[in-house]
Amino acid sequence: MAEYFNIFNQVQVQGPPEAGMAGPGKPETDRVGPPFFNTWVGWIGNAQIGPIYLGFLGIVSLVTFILALNIVGLNMLAQVGWSISEFLRQGFWLALEPPGPQHGLSMPPLDEGGWYIIASLFLLISVMSWWVRSYLRADALGMGKHVCWAFLAAIWLFLVLGLFRPVLMGCWCEAVPYGIFPHLDWTTAFSIRYGNLYYNPFHALSIVFLYGSALLFAMHGATILAVTRMGGDRELEQIADRGTASERAALFWRWTMGFNATMEGIHRWAFWFAILTPITGGIGILLTGTVVDNWYLWAVEHHFAPEHPGEYGYDVYQGGE
Amino acid sequence: MALLSFERKYRVRGGTLLGGDLFDFWVGPFYVGFFGVTTVFFAMLGTILIFWGAALQGTFNPWTINIAPPDLKYGLGLAPLADGGLWQIITICAHGAFISWALREVEICRKLGMGYHVPIAFGVAIFAYTTLVVIRPLLMGAWGHGFPYGIFSHLDWVSNVGYSYLHFHYNPAHMIAVTFFFTTCLALALHGALILSAANPAAGEEMKTPDHEDTFFRDFIGYSVGTLGIHRVGLLLALNAGFWSAVCIVISGPIWTESWPSWWNWWLDLPFWAD
Repeated sequence: MAEYFNIFNQVQVQGPPEAGMAGPGKPETDRVGPPFFNTWVGWIGNAQIGPIYLGFLGIVSLVTFILALNIVGLNMLAQVGWSISEFLRQGFWLALEPPGPQHGLSMPPLDEGGWYIIASLFLLISVMSWWVRSYLRADALGMGKHVCWAFLAAIWLFLVLGLFRPVLMGCWCEAVPYGIFPHLDWTTAFSIRYGNLYYNPFHALSIVFLYGSALLFAMHGATILAVTRMGGDRELEQIADRGTASERAALFWRWTMGFNATMEGIHRWAFWFAILTPITGGIGILLTGTVVDNWYLWAVEHHFAPEHPGEYGYDVYQGGE
Repeated sequence: MALLSFERKYRVRGGTLLGGDLFDFWVGPFYVGFFGVTTVFFAMLGTILIFWGAALQGTFNPWTINIAPPDLKYGLGLAPLADGGLWQIITICAHGAFISWALREVEICRKLGMGYHVPIAFGVAIFAYTTLVVIRPLLMGAWGHGFPYGIFSHLDWVSNVGYSYLHFHYNPAHMIAVTFFFTTCLALALHGALILSAANPAAGEEMKTPDHEDTFFRDFIGYSVGTLGIHRVGLLLALNAGFWSAVCIVISGPIWTESWPSWWNWWLDLPFWAD
């Protein structure tokens, strides 16, 4: 029985590193970084690390990201009087905050949120050029652009938080601070300000897809590992030419819950569950404060807020009685 | 009979853990087995009790049905049915159904010659549920610490329990769990998209190979974990999301009773900070 249980790679064979495939266009010559092997990484997956294709956009993306990161870090350092020790001590609590409400959508002085705007601009350039890379790298190999569209779903949430919603609210002060604990504070304050985000149906959907993604990856990862003995991990071959691994994987779920995906179909389920998480989440954030001011009252209005016996709920919160 | 074209040769006898040949048959696409029978028993009983609770509550609106756990005054004792007793029996039924389901999965694995990865993974989810409604209530001395069964009422519980520790985002295990959830979602998007992009290439192109997948990911981020590795990564990420969720709630109350933001004071008070 033991040989069925695929958990770690027990044998690692090391040959010359893979240089990478050439695409239908010109062969790739801009791959950089000599590949090397890491045995620890090899226990789980491929031991080879590198090479990477950087190109113009990759370098733009890295440079702008480092700039954004350094603006955030230097602002934090300035807040603790340039003391490295205090920077490390208070690091989790420090933040580069967005401009105050008095500045609206204007460009504030550097120390009143101006640095925040500049860091955000660099971050935006960094993310967008990495996104274009996801398209161009797939295109160079003649592949579909699914990774690129999935990345766009995440960028949608990023833009809602930092651009679309602040613009609709008329204030950069609505954006999320850059900091470990401060962005968590922002999240909680946001929920409380708008009457408990748990009553926001799009937030609920986003959580469903987030947990659903964990469920799906546990189901899919476990199923594939359970049929690796039959070559189930070679998914593309199984899609093109169904083998006994796919058949058993499908029948496992058919016999368990009366329904099964195909080897290709499970990846469509995966794709949609994962990208709907930030898509629905972004819709929920965008509606908050712009269309709906209090999600609890909205839920009462639409008859889905539960009633609780005793001293519980909005009446008590209002200080009624 | 709901048989797939290739299904008949896989429908073999044996592999059961309990009951021998007695329930070794299929109904439509479903395998039954001894644990199929117990699953149906517990699931039906639990569902009927939920409807009973809804009737007592006076609503059949699925969003607002609320099966509340007993009041704290009942401690770890049995409560009257209408006052949390239903919740207690439904909790037993849920465990009966979930564990039966997992064992039925084991039987199906044995029939198909598969590893036990799926039922083991499901076991982690069951463990997280048990932590919420059994382990933590036991440690805190009252079944009333379980969460209520209801779509929006359980969200109220999450909210209220969170704020009773002032700010739950500061719970370090919660941070780890959320990070695992987000990372799982990211990895799932990348894996699903990568397979689809290789199986559905640009117009006029032939279907791509695992070598193209590796090349794309090395070009894109400098590393490709590979066709086998991604399923290990995905499973480990997902299981850790569930496991750390269980940890983050079981330490809230039994181990840490103050606000979670103040837990972090140990960091500020480390002896080696220069004054």
